[in-house]
Formats: sequence, structure tokens, C-alpha cells
Amino acid sequence: MEDEALGKPPQARSAKIQVSHLDFYYGSVQALYNVSLAVPQNQITALIGPSGCGKSTFLRTLNRMSETVRHTSVEGEILLDGENIFSVDLVALRRRVGMVFQRPNPFPKTVFDNVAYGLRVNGGTRGAALADAVEASLRRAALWDEIKDKLHKSAYALSGGQQQRLCIARALAVNPEVLLLDEPCSALDPISTAKIEELMFTLQENCTLVIVTHSMQQAARVSSHTGFFLLGRLLEFNETNILFKRPGRKETEDYITGRFG
Amino acid sequence: MGASAETLTGKPAPGGKGQVRTFFRRLRNGDEIAHIFTLVFALTILLLACLLVYELYAHSAVSRHKFGWSFLLSRSWDPVLERFGALPFIYGTIVTSVIALLIAVPLGVGGAIFLAEFAPTKMSDGLTFIVELLAAVPSVIFGLLGIFIIIPIMRESVDPFLQSHFGWLPLFQGPVYGVGFLTAGVVLSIMIVPFILSISREVLLAVPAEQREAALALGATRWESTWQAVVPYARVGILGSIFLALARALGETMAVTMVIGGTPSISSSLFAPGYSIASVIADQFTEATGQAYLQSLIELGLALFVLTIILNGLARLLILATTKRGTAH
Repeated sequence: MEDEALGKPPQARSAKIQVSHLDFYYGSVQALYNVSLAVPQNQITALIGPSGCGKSTFLRTLNRMSETVRHTSVEGEILLDGENIFSVDLVALRRRVGMVFQRPNPFPKTVFDNVAYGLRVNGGTRGAALADAVEASLRRAALWDEIKDKLHKSAYALSGGQQQRLCIARALAVNPEVLLLDEPCSALDPISTAKIEELMFTLQENCTLVIVTHSMQQAARVSSHTGFFLLGRLLEFNETNILFKRPGRKETEDYITGRFG
Repeated sequence: MGASAETLTGKPAPGGKGQVRTFFRRLRNGDEIAHIFTLVFALTILLLACLLVYELYAHSAVSRHKFGWSFLLSRSWDPVLERFGALPFIYGTIVTSVIALLIAVPLGVGGAIFLAEFAPTKMSDGLTFIVELLAAVPSVIFGLLGIFIIIPIMRESVDPFLQSHFGWLPLFQGPVYGVGFLTAGVVLSIMIVPFILSISREVLLAVPAEQREAALALGATRWESTWQAVVPYARVGILGSIFLALARALGETMAVTMVIGGTPSISSSLFAPGYSIASVIADQFTEATGQAYLQSLIELGLALFVLTIILNGLARLLILATTKRGTAH
């Protein structure tokens, strides 16, 4: 049953990321148990589950950000376009797999310098090309019209919603193939949330998105596929409308109907 | 207010009586008492500072009237002729403090970056504890350290090395005594490094992990994320630690007195013996004869106070300027 459900998405469309039998440990504490999952290309995949279920940990293994925490270890395999991410260059991997965090975290620099950071740190882009790239990223993040007069003001002068879209623009500037979003709207008001959801829809044309969210409505609205995590295990993974309408497991049903979590 | 008292106590509190009752209820809760007590403490500190300035000002009247503003610009210090000027001491204070900062800032900030970002947690905590112990060592001990260890090293190794390699600079010319501005600066730097290191480390550790991860997620290396994301985020706190260290260096008395040489001179050479404001006061206060001599020393104290305030003011302006722009560099 379970394997059949897990096998479906990649057949429908090619998998961008293929995770097989992933175990993850914080010291001696196991946080993920045998997670296997195929993230479909150019679609939005949502990960839901109660706090502490491992969905953020799982997301952070996809660009190996989990390694910034000391004494962690990982077993299993993650393939990005068929290539094992644990054997490729870390800097190159993170350039291909961008990340947006829970709280807006712009650098204490100007709006322009924030977006330009990734291009500068990866070398090469300068002058007019840099300015064009920054503008393009801000346009993709649907932020250009709002802040084109504030490019050289501090990023902290923007509203929370604008800061989060700035962080998305910053991630987009290096043209990532995958964008990981870790509860990107949890600190935002409903209007800013709607803008970011809208933005995610347009981004999936060129990008594969994986979003961790506490809001089941958000998962239902934006994603094509949803995975449900509980106690470090991926209990169910399916097309979003199937998972929400006809959940295959009792725990999933209990969670999405609000009986626990 | 009366209404809230009523609802909270559940008893009727009519008219003006309600106000009084509210006050006593708050008194019972401790709010008013806490308010009054903390206000008194705060005012006491303010009063002490004012009293200090007033005393320095009042007891330097003779000197101020005799020398006027030229006191600050005069280079002579002659107890026999009773001609006193502050310039050599102001010069010595600033020069030794600047040398101390030049050595201590890279050491302290660099060490803090290592301890906060790269060292294993246990090693970081252990080393920080030892460094913080240094801050608790009495300054006279640092003076002894200066006399028995640093002066010989400076006289036999460091000064001759500087002279032979950088002797074309006026800073490193002239006879070498061992005591002098450079030695005093080195001793001071050892004394202020713990402040910079300890506070900077705390500030760096307080930088949100998301700042570092934001840089890493864009393909920055470990060092790039540290230097370009973490350090700029913490810069206000790091600057604060440096200014605290500067204040300490400006006012440090005992250790400087023991190694600076005790000569009121202004020399371009860092090897030359000199004097600082704090050290001359400590050195000569007991032997000061005559009102002009004694009150000149007190006026020097006033000058040090003003110098510290000016430098702290500049420091605040610097922080304000860099914070307003919101840019890292």
C-alpha cells in the first residue's frame, strides 16, 4: 500500500529530488526514520505534520543545511537530478537548492546588497549586469514596483511581508533549481501570505518548490503533492487533493481534521 | 483608576476615596515602592556623577584662573617655577590607548570569532573562562608583569627589531629604554583584550542562526558567512566592547605608571618615556606642594573626565551613523 502511494508521483512527472531510506540523528536521538520521497519537478510539494515531527529537519537535509548543527548524522540517499547530494560540492549544491526561512532574515544591508549578495559571493557578476540581475530577481518576487525607490535603503525599513519576499528575491538571484521554504508565512499577516502563495504559483514554472507549513489550508491551496510527517516518519505522501479528501491513514485524517496536533 | 480598583477588589470605591485606595492597593502590590526605590537609586548615581564633576571643577579653581585655556596646550610641567601644562599627559594618554587598541582589537575580535564560530563548545567555554579571569587580575599585577617580563622583552628584542626594520619611521627612532609609550601600550593591550574578547564572543553567539544560514544557503563558504553575515550583524556590539576597552585604557593608572617612564615629554618616538594623565595624578599627588601644583593635578583629572566623555560621545555618533545606514560596510 505504502510503496504504491509513494511510487505514484514520479510516474506522473519526473522526480527532481529522489530521497531513499533517509535516517537522521541529532547526536544519538533519531529524528527521521526511513523517509523515502520523490519531489516532482516544477511543482509545489508541501510537507505537513505536528511540531517536532521532523518535517523541517527533512527539509534542511535537502540542501544539507542540517549539517550546520553539530553532532548530526545522516544515513540514506538523496539524489538531485540523479546525483547524490552528499558527494557533490556543498557550495555548488546550495546554489542549486535555495532556501527561505521561517522568519524574514535579511542581512543588515541595503535592499540592493541583500539581493546582490548571492551573485557577489558566487563571483563574476558586477556593474550593470548585477543591477539587471537584482531587478530581475525583485520582479520575479513581485516586489520591484513596491520598492524600486528604496533599493539603497536598509532592508529593515521594509514591512515583514516585504522582507520575506526580499528574502525570496535574494534566493532567486542565483537561479536555484529548487527552492526550499520553511514555514515562510508563519510570521506574516494574511495579505502578505496571499502574496507569497501567489508568488509560489508563478515560480513553479522555472523552479521546483518544497514548502514546510503548519497551515493545512495553505498546503491544500498551493501544493500539488503533500507529505504528512508524524514522529519522524513520513506516514503518507500523495497528490494533495487525494491526501486531503481521502487520506489513506487514520493519523492523517485525524491531523487534517484537527483532532490532534 | 477608581473603577478598576472596584472591579478588582469587588468592593465599592466611591469618589475621591477610590483614588487614595488605588494608591494604597498599588503600594501593597509593591508597584509604587519599586517605582520610588528604583527612582532613588537612579538619581543617586546621577547625583554622584554631578558631584564628582563639581568637586573636580571647584578644586581646580586656582589652576584654572592662573593658566586659563593655555593649561591644555602648554607643554611645560615645572613644579619649581609653578608652571603647569596638560599637553604631555593628554598626549601620553591618547598614544598609549591607541597603541593598546591597535594590538587588542585584532586579537580580541579575532579570538572572539574563533571562539564563537569555529571552536568546539567545550573548548570555547573553557578558554573564555580563562580569558575572563584575566579581567579580574589587579592592575598592579599587570604592572609587575610589565616590569619583570615585558620591559626586558621590549628592550632586548621588540624595540631593536622595530628599529632595524622600521627605523625610517619617526615612530621607531631614538634611544631605547624599555619603559615608554610602546611598552605602556603593550601592557594596556593585555589588560583590555579580555573585555573585547569576552563581550564580542557573547555578541557573536547572540547572532540569530538564520543570518548565518541565509548566507550559507546562497552558496557562501563557512568563512564568508562568518565575515559577511555574522560579524556585520554583531558590529554594534563589537564596537561597544571596543569602546568599553578604550574607556578602561584611558583611565588605567597603576600598570601604566609602572611602565611608562614618568617623564612629561612629547616625543614622536614610541620608545621614549612619557606620562599619562592618570599615572601623573597617582604619582605626584602625595608630593604636590602648593595650591597651584595640587590644583593642576585636579584639573588634569577634570581633563581626563572630559576626554573620556568626548571619546564616548564620538563612539556613540559612530554607532549611530553606521546603524542608520543599515549597511554593513
